[in-house]
Amino acid sequence: MAIEINGRPAEAAPRPGQCLRTFLREQGALGVKKGCDAGDCGACTVHVDGSPVHSCLYPAVRAEGHEVTTIEGLAATCAHPSGEGDTGGLHPMQQQFVDAQGFQCGFCTAGMVMTAATFDAGQLADLPRNLKGNLCRCTGYAAIEAAVTGTGRGGPAGGRLGDDVPSPAAQGIVTGAERYTLDVTDAEVPGWPGAILHAKLVRSPHAHARIRSIDTSAALAVPGVVAVFTHEDAPDLLYSTAQHELVTDDPDDMRLFDTVARFIGQRVAAVVAETVAAAEAGGRAVVVDYEVLPAVLTPEAALAPGAPLVHGDKDPVATRISEPSRNTAAQLHSEVGDVEAGLAAADAVYEDTFRTHRVQHVALETHCSIAWTDPADGGRLVVRSSTQVPFLAQRSLARIFGLPLEAVRVVTGRVGGGFGGKQEILTEDVVALAALRLGQPVQLEFTRSEQFHGSTTRHPFEIRVRAGARRDGTLTALALDVVTETGAYGNHGPGVMFHGCNESVSVYRCANKKIDARAVYTHTVPSGAFRGYGLSQMIFAVESAVDELARQIGMDPVQFRRRNMVRKGDPMIASHPVPEVDVLYGSYGLDECVALVTKALRRGRERAREFPGGPLGTGELGPEWLVGEGTALSMIDTVPPRGHHAHSRIALLPDGRVSLDVGTAEFGNGTSTVHVQLAATALAGFGIGASDVVLRNADTALTDHDTGAFGSTGTVVAGKATLAAAEELARRIGAFAAEAYPGQDPAGVPLAELAAEAARRGAGLEAEGRWGGTPRSVAFNVHGFRVAVHRGTGELQILQSVQAADAGVVVNPRQCRGQVEGGIAQALGAALWEEVRIDETGRVATDILRQYHVPTFADVPRSEVYFAHTSDELGPLGAKSMSESPFNPVAPALANAVRAATGLRFTELPITRDRIYLALKEAGLAESLPTGRTVTA
Amino acid sequence: MDLNTIEAWVPTADPDEWRQGDAWLAGGTVLYSYGSQTLRRLLDLTTAGWEPVTQDDGGITLASTCTVARVWELGDPASATAARWPGLAVVRPCCDAFVASFKIWNLSTVGGNIATSLPAGPMTSLAAGLDGVATLWGPHGGLRELPVAELVTGDGANALAPGELIRSIRLPAHALEARTAFRRLSLSNLGRSGVLLIGRRDRDGGFVLTVTASTKRPVQLRFPAGALPDAPGLAAAIDAAIPAALYHDDIHGHPAWRRDMTYRLAEELRRELLDVPGPGSQEGA
Ligand SMILES: Cc1cc2nc3c(=O)[nH]c(=O)nc-3n(C[C@H](O)[C@H](O)[C@H](O)COP(=O)(O)OP(=O)(O)OC[C@H]3O[C@@H](n4cnc5c(N)ncnc54)[C@H](O)[C@@H]3O)c2cc1C
Ligand code: FES
Ligand code: FES
Repeated sequence: MAIEINGRPAEAAPRPGQCLRTFLREQGALGVKKGCDAGDCGACTVHVDGSPVHSCLYPAVRAEGHEVTTIEGLAATCAHPSGEGDTGGLHPMQQQFVDAQGFQCGFCTAGMVMTAATFDAGQLADLPRNLKGNLCRCTGYAAIEAAVTGTGRGGPAGGRLGDDVPSPAAQGIVTGAERYTLDVTDAEVPGWPGAILHAKLVRSPHAHARIRSIDTSAALAVPGVVAVFTHEDAPDLLYSTAQHELVTDDPDDMRLFDTVARFIGQRVAAVVAETVAAAEAGGRAVVVDYEVLPAVLTPEAALAPGAPLVHGDKDPVATRISEPSRNTAAQLHSEVGDVEAGLAAADAVYEDTFRTHRVQHVALETHCSIAWTDPADGGRLVVRSSTQVPFLAQRSLARIFGLPLEAVRVVTGRVGGGFGGKQEILTEDVVALAALRLGQPVQLEFTRSEQFHGSTTRHPFEIRVRAGARRDGTLTALALDVVTETGAYGNHGPGVMFHGCNESVSVYRCANKKIDARAVYTHTVPSGAFRGYGLSQMIFAVESAVDELARQIGMDPVQFRRRNMVRKGDPMIASHPVPEVDVLYGSYGLDECVALVTKALRRGRERAREFPGGPLGTGELGPEWLVGEGTALSMIDTVPPRGHHAHSRIALLPDGRVSLDVGTAEFGNGTSTVHVQLAATALAGFGIGASDVVLRNADTALTDHDTGAFGSTGTVVAGKATLAAAEELARRIGAFAAEAYPGQDPAGVPLAELAAEAARRGAGLEAEGRWGGTPRSVAFNVHGFRVAVHRGTGELQILQSVQAADAGVVVNPRQCRGQVEGGIAQALGAALWEEVRIDETGRVATDILRQYHVPTFADVPRSEVYFAHTSDELGPLGAKSMSESPFNPVAPALANAVRAATGLRFTELPITRDRIYLALKEAGLAESLPTGRTVTA
Repeated sequence: MDLNTIEAWVPTADPDEWRQGDAWLAGGTVLYSYGSQTLRRLLDLTTAGWEPVTQDDGGITLASTCTVARVWELGDPASATAARWPGLAVVRPCCDAFVASFKIWNLSTVGGNIATSLPAGPMTSLAAGLDGVATLWGPHGGLRELPVAELVTGDGANALAPGELIRSIRLPAHALEARTAFRRLSLSNLGRSGVLLIGRRDRDGGFVLTVTASTKRPVQLRFPAGALPDAPGLAAAIDAAIPAALYHDDIHGHPAWRRDMTYRLAEELRRELLDVPGPGSQEGA
């Protein structure tokens, strides 16, 4: 009996061990997503005979004789679908997700909608329980709650600056029609699906080993295996997976396939086959002869004299590794003023060592790409990739394979989340090699486990802080001794170290500052770019130390911060006595942010007093709960240093709308909406609204070079290019109208008529805009928490969470709030639960989501989000960046609140319940026998 | 995820059909979640059509293939079954102790959970807490019974022989008639259990405490009506029953925390079920 999919019988029968998810996708239901393939994330949720199931766990053979509904078929299951768009009607739950914009990247949305569509009133009343099987990494769940409960309101689709314009992709996302990287048909990939080959990577089981030989004969004998690529096939070129505008920002320390393995999980060979199953079988049959070498698994071991060297074979000059002989990728030593004198002049000195751990991005879409050579385009290599940086990937691929830039095209579909993780090439080089050699399309998709052991993590930092203050509240010295762990490769190692030590330090006025920092290699999974880019780690240490120092001199920590934080015009100094010339106060909202958070916390306290049983109250909490408040501030430059380029092209279309081509990628950061709104605002005089702007993006064939979507540049750099283009187009339209229709109000001529007239006269109404990312401004985020800690169990409850953001003029308030909420949730994950653990052999021990606890709906409190009233002189229409930075102040604010509640300073993350309890116990503060009923959440 | 090494799916519950490289397939929520590079065949127990829940005066029998969703139904406090068997009060809290959401319960089974034998296996907790006894079928007509508390022997380890399957779990009347209470702690809200205790006050006055999740395998403490413990007595009994090495150590909780929480929750259950006045004696789980 055939499986019925959305009312139609499937055209094939499943394989015996196949799960329903892959079967449905093979049958064309590309709206069914994979976030984990293991039952944890819910992105693959479908209905079987009306019941929601995770299709990645559902044995496909069992669906025979049953009706399967996917997101594509959901609307047809209800009697009265709402709306009549291009895709037909929507199920009410789909409509609610559109109205509330209950998504950012949208990769979780199909599963959320399919799950929530089945809820009865009882289930709706307990969303923490009923949505715990659906992970969203982007939103922080507030927008999802609004969507599921139907309380989100739609914004004007034709809106402009300051409106809650919905994402142009909303309809496609809620119906499953939006195409992510691997959601391809023969329209995107020639010869799909028959011609497509699948690659699987063979990975090193040793932390450090030399490869003596690789025997591929058995693998090649596996039916379906087409080729095996090893170091013998890899170009003899060293490069970095990290992608930056300047290639020289990262050490050239890795090869496509190397003869030395430097971490457990390093790719050693790729097996390419007709099916994933054959590629896996081939991978198991590859025989690698390893000479196992001694490994260093911690920075401490790596820095010890005589330690085994990770890149001892490399030339420091050619590879730009600072000191290969000391396992040091990069280092920074600076002193401004005289720290020892500053400490001597202090009334109080605080000294402690802080440690931050490895965390993973867990973008819901794993790393993946497809490469092919396009016969219709002169054999050009085309790579469709889940990347934040298509143009940099294009440049790197051209460099690796010795091709002219024009011979490579990189495109993205919609990208299912990035958070910095996709500022690397981790799959593109492999598929490109295979496609170039085989002349057939080749796809590589990481599993969720490969994300953990074969991609990148946030850099662990160890930070020794020494800081001094005078009783009057003057910060007299700040000294930081920093070791960052870059893992086996130096991708982003220097950048994260330098950036981490910059804005975290320059936000405070202090005459004496000293920084000694080292990025250290170890034989572990590489660290890479991660939201905050080093700042979140450093800010954890600095803001914790500032809090302690304030307590030591008996001053309110907020007061102490106010006393020492930079004010508009103050030089921003970290490692250099002269401030960076191109970082300016385009606007300044730090003081306002501090005030907003302080006031909100005060209101919360008062409400708790007045209504002790209310949501912020402590009335229900017994005496075993300890309550405290904490805050932390953060600063970030709005653009990364040393150039960040963007290019936009805009043109009037014959139908009177405008086309807008931008280089920057959309991965849930909301730039598409921002760009459309900026263009609409510039062209408002001609009646253009956001819905009249037709956006295409992130295709190296569309625009000139674009550095990409990282460092929160989607708005401030790319947006500036778009605004310039749109303003220029407005001028040209105005000028043309004045010339073609003299005496008439230019805004009165219908744009379609104008376009026709321009075409008749051969006058192209189009324009371009560029921006080079300098000068740059600064943005601020301040976070505050009120928490309760249980003395008997270590449980931590967040009673109030407040963030104030200085985002300049907010282009799209709902979306910007979503970025802040998502950043808070991700930061809470890192502060409270998430931890990539490395075992004693160097292996990543936590490589499934059940061992790596990403916050669920049940974990994330609703936060109050406030915006400072600033307008930036440098950003487009006064806007500033706001996507990385909301993450940064969260962990220290939480640690400071826990300190206030318990008196204990947590210097290590994550602050888990067991660690809190054990610390309380050690301090003699734990309550050992129950005095009340333990809250069993 | 796809199990790409599987060559055949066989609808059978006959242990004589089992050979090396086979796995019993129940809900599949472990098999398809972790994947495999070695299995060759799946023997699908759900095709046997076993009645998921049967009851008689001696108690309730759960087929191993009874889904967690069905177990949740069984725990409906408004049902006649619940009125007859008050011990079922711990059923729903046990189901909610799964990290897995209600959607997975539509597939996952009691037998699959016990056979997976995780310390934080909620069906292991439930069955052990209610003195459940497993009926096991083995090759060549093998048939034996084993208390669930003894069937699970360690983290991912159990007493099942190759090819042996769990046919059913018998929950005896004496436990179902008891007053039961539930306590659990986890590092995150609704997260993986770090400690899960079930307390029982039998009609004969005895007190039974079943410790799971904090220990590598279930641990039961039994106190007859004449020898009910006071607080130090309970602590001493735990001292004796659980050596330090038996506390589980993984990402879901430090063993020292699990240990202290075991004592804490045990004391709460003692106060509740032995009607010790004062805090900790509130009703409900
Ligand atoms: C997101 C998620 C969260 C989860 N959370 C938890 C959790 O919190 N705690 C927990 O313990 N588990 C958890 N699990 C694991 C799993 O869902 C449960 O253990 C479930 O009860 C397994 O049942 P199943 O029928 O799906 O097992 P299957 O996958 O069918 O089988 C599991 C194993 O048991 C064997 N087996 C199955 N039935 C029998 C039988 N009758 N006799 C002998 N052997 C048998 C199989 O061969 C296999 O080795 C989770 C899984 C997912 C995907
Ligand atoms: S892909 Fe199925 S639950 Fe994540
Ligand atoms: S929007 Fe939910 S994962 Fe991106």
